[in-house]
Amino acid sequence: MKLNQATRLAIWSIVELASRPGEQVPVNEIAQIYGISQHHLAKVLRTPSRAGIVGSTRGPGGGCEFTGNANRLTLYDIVQLFEGDREEEEAPEAPSTPVAAEVARVLAEIDRITTATLRSVTLQTIIRNAERKEERRKAAENLEPVDAMTERS
Amino acid sequence: MTSGAQPSQANITIDDVCLTDIPQIIEIDSEITKIAKPELWYSYYAPAGRSQPRWFLVAHEGERVVGYILGEVRAWEFGSPPCGWIFAIGVSPDQRIGGIGSRLLGAMIERFRPTGVKTIRTMLHIDEHVLMSFFRSQGMAAGPFIQLEASIDL
Repeated sequence: MKLNQATRLAIWSIVELASRPGEQVPVNEIAQIYGISQHHLAKVLRTPSRAGIVGSTRGPGGGCEFTGNANRLTLYDIVQLFEGDREEEEAPEAPSTPVAAEVARVLAEIDRITTATLRSVTLQTIIRNAERKEERRKAAENLEPVDAMTERS
Repeated sequence: MTSGAQPSQANITIDDVCLTDIPQIIEIDSEITKIAKPELWYSYYAPAGRSQPRWFLVAHEGERVVGYILGEVRAWEFGSPPCGWIFAIGVSPDQRIGGIGSRLLGAMIERFRPTGVKTIRTMLHIDEHVLMSFFRSQGMAAGPFIQLEASIDL
């Protein structure tokens, strides 16, 4: 799925903040993690800040903090902040032929699946799934030497 | 969602279904779907001539049923190797957000595990965002199969 660069940066940053509840995270730290410009990221974060899901504190020890509900906020909510409501988007004028109508139906099918996916993925789900993958990776790493020893014996 | 005192996890037990649970299950299902389907639920309780293993579990808070789940192992349907299908799950609307759905799903996975299946699968309406969120929160995601349909009316 193609998203605007600002939307993608916002998703990374907001999920990163949500994974560190109660922590003031400096913008430059997030920028460094994801290899992006601090200035650009600060501009991007103004939108979720106005929406009340990211708070910021100035000065030493300051930074950004996730202030939303990670169990309720979905990817759709973030995409909507930056790209508007996908469900209210009007399809461009198309010639009223059977072929154009069928093309429109297929595109609507793709949109419906995309919207359902975005609406069903909460930030907490992303965080939990990322943790699960990390745990599995570590467990697999721990198993490797055991396997190697078994093969040698 | 209606308000209500959420049960403590410690008071919840996950058990195999009993005949006396069925009326409460019908009630929960009809509260969720707005359609009462007694014949369906009694048929799930007493399946006739089934070759595939199936489990029907309930979450109890004392005598009260607060949730249910149905699952079975299906092999080679649509070319799929054996996998555990979750084909119904429900939690009483006034008892949600308490982890009962997760407990039910976890118990079902433990029933599937000894059969050797490595995958669980379910199907739900595309507009059921809350239920889809629940399954995703349990680590489920879109799989390699896609459902297609067509009207057969001319």
